[in-house]
Amino acid sequence: MSRSHEATIPPARGFSSSSGGGLKTSTPASLELLYAAAAASDPFEGIASAMSFTKHLLMHNCDVWTPDWYNPTQDPQLGTTIMAVEYDGGVVLAADSRTSTGTYVANRVSDKITAVAPPYIYCARSGSAADTQMLADTVRRYVTALALETQRPATVRTAAALFRELIYQNKSRLTAGVICAGWDPLNGGQVYSITLGGTLVRQPFSIGGSGSTYIYGYCDASYRKGMNREACIAFCQQAASLAMARDGSSGGVLRMVCIEESGAQRLLFTEDQLPRGWQG
Amino acid sequence: MAGVGSGYDLTTTTFSPEGRVYQVEYATKAVEQSGTVIGIRCVDGVVLAVENLRGVKLLRPDSLRRIFAVDRHIGIAVAGIGPDGRHMVGRARSEAQNYRSVYAEEIPPSLLAERLASYAHVYSLYWHVRPFGCTILIGGWDASQGPCLYVVEPDGSGYKYRAYANGKGRTAVRTALNKLNFEQLTCTSAVQEIARMIHQSRDIAKDKPYELEMAWISEASDHKFARVPGALVVSSRQAVEEEPQQMETGGSTASADRGETPSTSTHIMEES
Repeated sequence: MSRSHEATIPPARGFSSSSGGGLKTSTPASLELLYAAAAASDPFEGIASAMSFTKHLLMHNCDVWTPDWYNPTQDPQLGTTIMAVEYDGGVVLAADSRTSTGTYVANRVSDKITAVAPPYIYCARSGSAADTQMLADTVRRYVTALALETQRPATVRTAAALFRELIYQNKSRLTAGVICAGWDPLNGGQVYSITLGGTLVRQPFSIGGSGSTYIYGYCDASYRKGMNREACIAFCQQAASLAMARDGSSGGVLRMVCIEESGAQRLLFTEDQLPRGWQG
Repeated sequence: MAGVGSGYDLTTTTFSPEGRVYQVEYATKAVEQSGTVIGIRCVDGVVLAVENLRGVKLLRPDSLRRIFAVDRHIGIAVAGIGPDGRHMVGRARSEAQNYRSVYAEEIPPSLLAERLASYAHVYSLYWHVRPFGCTILIGGWDASQGPCLYVVEPDGSGYKYRAYANGKGRTAVRTALNKLNFEQLTCTSAVQEIARMIHQSRDIAKDKPYELEMAWISEASDHKFARVPGALVVSSRQAVEEEPQQMETGGSTASADRGETPSTSTHIMEES
C-alpha cells in the first residue's frame, strides 16, 4: 500500500459516467492507483471514516460524484449556540437554528429547543442531532410515566437528573450537551446544565454549544442578578447573536422559549431582528 | 384446624368456593395477635406508635424495635411478625434510595406505599411463597401535601388513613380514634392520646409488660423522621398510668376487646 500525495488524480473523478478508464475498472493495479488518488484528494487522509467512504464508492464501482463539502459519513451536528437564563418566576431558553453536516448547512431553521414536559420543562440540545433527539424523547417518556405514577408533574430537577443519568451511563457513546430548564411550583424557574461527561449543575444562566466559546466573556460581563423577563430576553438576543456572528456552525434564526407559571411562550427572531455587532 | 379451610387453605394459589384466599386471611390473623400499633396523621405531622410487648425480662430496653426509619422523611411501624416487617422495611429503603438516585428527589410516600403494596401482593400469588405476616404503617412527609399515613396489608392492598390501629388492642383503640378531632390534633397531644389509648386497651392482670415506642415526622422534627423524645413518652405514659381507671373505656370492655373479636371496619379512612 503505497499512498502518496504526488499521485496524479485520474480525470474520471467528476460527473462523467462514460469514463473509459477511471472509476469503473476494478483490477488490483488500478484499484491501488485509485486509493492513491483518493488519498490525495482527501484532506483528512488517515481519518478512517472519510477514507472508508471513498473506498466504498470505489470498491463498489460506484460512479457517483459527490461535492467535496458533502460527506454523509459525518453525522448531522448541532454546531450550536444554546443558552438559558433564570429570572424571578421563570426562565428563558434560546438557541440558534443551524444544523450542519460538516460545512454543509443541512437545516437553517431547525428547532433545538425541545419540550420535555410541556409546557413547563424544555431542553436546549447541542452535539449530535441524533443523540440529543433520542435523549430528549427518552427523558420525555420517563417524565411522563413518572407524572402518571406520582399524579403530579415532574420537577425540572428530576428531568435534569434523568438527562444526567442517561448521558453519564452512555458517555462513551454519546455526543450530547444539554441545557434543561423550566418552571415548577417548588423551586420556580431553574436552569440545569448537563455536560458531555454527565456533570449536572444548576446555574443562574448557562451557555452551551460551539458558539458559546465566543461569548463566555461577554456573558460574564453583562449578566446581572435579578433581571426580569424582558432583560433576560434582551441578554439572550445580544449574547446569542454575537455567537452566531462569530461561530461558523451557528446561525440562521434565533428561537426562544419563555417558561413561567402561566405556561410557555415561543419567540422567533429572524436575522434582521437581531442586534448587530461590529461587522469587521 | 381440620375443617377450617377444608383443603382450600394450603396455598395462596387456591381460592375457596366462596372466593376467599385463606392463607392471606391467616396472615392478617398474625397481625391481629401483635402488640397494638397506632398511626395518626395530625395537622403538623404524623405519629407512629407501637406497644412493644416484653415477654422476656432479660431483654434490654430498646432492643427489637418495631418502628424504623426508611428515608429522611419516611418511617415505618410494623404490626405482626417482626422479621417479615423488617424485610418490608429493607425493601422500602432500597425503593427510596433507588428513587432518589434516579430522580434526584425524595420518594413521595404515596408512591412508596404503592410500590410496597405491589411487592406484598406478589407474595399472595404463588404456591412457593407465603404472604407477609405483617401490616405496615408508613408515615411520611410529602413535599406538596404535608404529613400522610399509608397502610399496606398482607393481601397487597394499600390505603391512606387519617388514623389506623391494629394488633391486640385494636378494637378499643379504633373506638377511641373515632372520637378524635383530626382537624385540630397536634403531634404532641396525639402522643398523649396514644399513651392513653394503649394503656386503656390493656388488661393489667393478664397482659405482658410493654415498652412504648414512638416516632414522628412533624414540624417539631423539621419534617424528618425522629423518635419522639424519651421524656415526652415517659411523661405521657406516667400521666395516664396515674389516672384512676375509667369504667366506660378501660377495664372490662378492654379485656373483651383483646379476644378474638372480628375486625370491624372502623378505621378512619381518607378520601382518595
